[in-house]
Amino acid sequence: MLRLLRDREGVSPVSFRLNAGDEAHLEVRPGDFRKACLFAHNVSGAPVSTLFAEDQRAERRRFFIRCVFCLRQERIWLVVSAGLDPEAPEYDSLANDIFSAALFEREADEMFGLKRRGAFDDRPLRLHPEVWPEGFHPLRKDFRHPGPRGQAGRDYAFRRVEGEGVFEVPVGPVHAGIIGPGHFRFSAAGEPVLNLEIRLGFTHRGAEKLFEGRTAAEALAFSELVDGEAAFAHSLAFSDAVEKICGVKTPEEHLLARGILLELERMYNHAGDLGGLATDVGFGFPAACAAALKEDLLALNGKLAGSRYLKGFNRLGGTCGLTVPMLDEIEAALASALKDFSGIMNILYGSASFMDRVEETGVLPQKTAAELGVSGPAARASGIAWDMREFSPLYRRAGFRPARQAQGDVLARLRVRAAEFEESARLARGFSTALRTAPRSGPVSVEPVEGCALGCAESWRGPVLCWVRLGRDGRVERCKVTDPSFLGWEGLAQAVPGNIIPDFPLCNKSFNLSYPGNDL
Amino acid sequence: MTRIFLESLRKGRLSRAVKASSAGPEYEKAGQELRALIARHFGRSLQIREVDAGSCGACESEIISACNPIYDIQRFGVDFAASPRHADALLVTGPVTRNMETALLRTYEAMSGPKFVITCGDCALDGGAFKDSYYCAGGAGALLPVAAHVPGCPPHPMALVEALLRLLDRLNTEGQPKM
Ligand code: SF4
Repeated sequence: MLRLLRDREGVSPVSFRLNAGDEAHLEVRPGDFRKACLFAHNVSGAPVSTLFAEDQRAERRRFFIRCVFCLRQERIWLVVSAGLDPEAPEYDSLANDIFSAALFEREADEMFGLKRRGAFDDRPLRLHPEVWPEGFHPLRKDFRHPGPRGQAGRDYAFRRVEGEGVFEVPVGPVHAGIIGPGHFRFSAAGEPVLNLEIRLGFTHRGAEKLFEGRTAAEALAFSELVDGEAAFAHSLAFSDAVEKICGVKTPEEHLLARGILLELERMYNHAGDLGGLATDVGFGFPAACAAALKEDLLALNGKLAGSRYLKGFNRLGGTCGLTVPMLDEIEAALASALKDFSGIMNILYGSASFMDRVEETGVLPQKTAAELGVSGPAARASGIAWDMREFSPLYRRAGFRPARQAQGDVLARLRVRAAEFEESARLARGFSTALRTAPRSGPVSVEPVEGCALGCAESWRGPVLCWVRLGRDGRVERCKVTDPSFLGWEGLAQAVPGNIIPDFPLCNKSFNLSYPGNDL
Repeated sequence: MTRIFLESLRKGRLSRAVKASSAGPEYEKAGQELRALIARHFGRSLQIREVDAGSCGACESEIISACNPIYDIQRFGVDFAASPRHADALLVTGPVTRNMETALLRTYEAMSGPKFVITCGDCALDGGAFKDSYYCAGGAGALLPVAAHVPGCPPHPMALVEALLRLLDRLNTEGQPKM
């Protein structure tokens, strides 16, 4: 591949090395960054998994920009990097050729002040110009706070759709229900939506900055607060990265326990989503049944982890462990959850008016999903059968197969979740059986060492990626969290036009993306 | 028409029995006390407007849990209003991010008095784990007068009921909490 890159593109790497078993790190000159990324994009046939910057001016007198692609066949992460000028960091924008890079570039711009040549959108994402003055980049190591709150007086430019009879409906950030804050601006003419622009960042808490300077163990606890409904997956992605850096092999017992809890997290959320869809069409009975099912699963979580949201269970190098009585409880709960679940699905599928609302609503075509880099259940409902759990030997041994639907509508996303719910129950039961006979031991001890690695876990929303760099003192120097929602929201924005505004809640719920995971 | 009718008869009853409430006797007891207090102070019900000011999502999930068929907080006279105009109380989650300050203040201003603010979850109290962030105000107290707090990360539905109980116990006849 390196030869191809040199012969065909004329790019000779600055360095190339393997890292932590499944990462290929390719560093190129800044002038070659775009070419090398385009090459990697074409070879992998994959969208950008994540793209981020690091301020390494102190150690290496450079900013670094890193773009990650997933080589799915080889099960390798390809990390293309370039060192940028410490005074005037600038690189050629990828977004015109690889659309999935666009949002990441805007993020690196506002957080680090990395400029792009040829960018088509330079609006900030999370640091809203109304309240944040220009020129303050929080993730720079020498960042100074701009001072107390107040209006910064700048405005945000929404895309304008013009024409006879076109009107705008702005909604949010405060919504009518008990949900996260986001601003949705619909442009409509008559009934169908012409354009939907989603503006986020309202829950931006500066999480990535707060990771910095913490010990690995403290940072692990903090990672559970990034997205509370995917707390376990986020914690798993973080511990995966640290374990890769330290070369730790987690014992089988703990891998199985993690597998069980990851699936339980998926199940309670998917159950909640079924109910959400039913609520959004005003179908109260199945919604109530789904809420009861979700509650049963949350209560089970509480018994296993001491936290209904599975916080504090995962450790570096292992878990708190599951006892045999806990396994009995899990298996009983799984059996009853499956029964309740199939009852709810029968009610939903048996209702002609429900099916009428979800069929052909909010279609996300496969090509669009691929270009945007949408992942998780939404991608699988649009024919992209990719699930990071296939990377895991544990899941492969269990005969795991990703769900897949082709239509890309609300119904397809519902079907994917339904299939995943049942598959999760099957997997968790299998892991539980295996755990009964697995040799028992405490978590292995992890001595944090200097280094970097990319951790990953397939949350119920899709892959959570976590790039971690530990410094010489074993403290976190950089943690880049990439939640599947970050690219997923644009998928929703593309699925809505052509539908009527009253169907928006239904489309939104069928994607069910995260505000805090996106906003960080 | 006849066909639909016959079909419905053939299908029979589709609903099924849901398991009896498993919320526990303490929850039921606290709930009944809350119900009595709400009846005394508000006549019928206490309407709450919830605003997410930067939560991780788990606080919202637990507030929704309080409305599920098991905890069913509505039966005690607590409901969640879609508009601040209809609300008696404002329930705030999250450390109050810079981007949410204006929206939060406007929501509060849109409520008619008497009104009070309740913080829900550790980060709404003082910023919690996000206290030192460059982008957070350090909890709702930095912007609004806070009358009560629901502790937890996230708080269990039971904690919500208990916090409301404590708050309503202190309410004076004007519907304002005695500080
Ligand atoms: S208090 Fe805890 S659960 Fe609630 S929003 Fe904050 S971090 Fe999330």
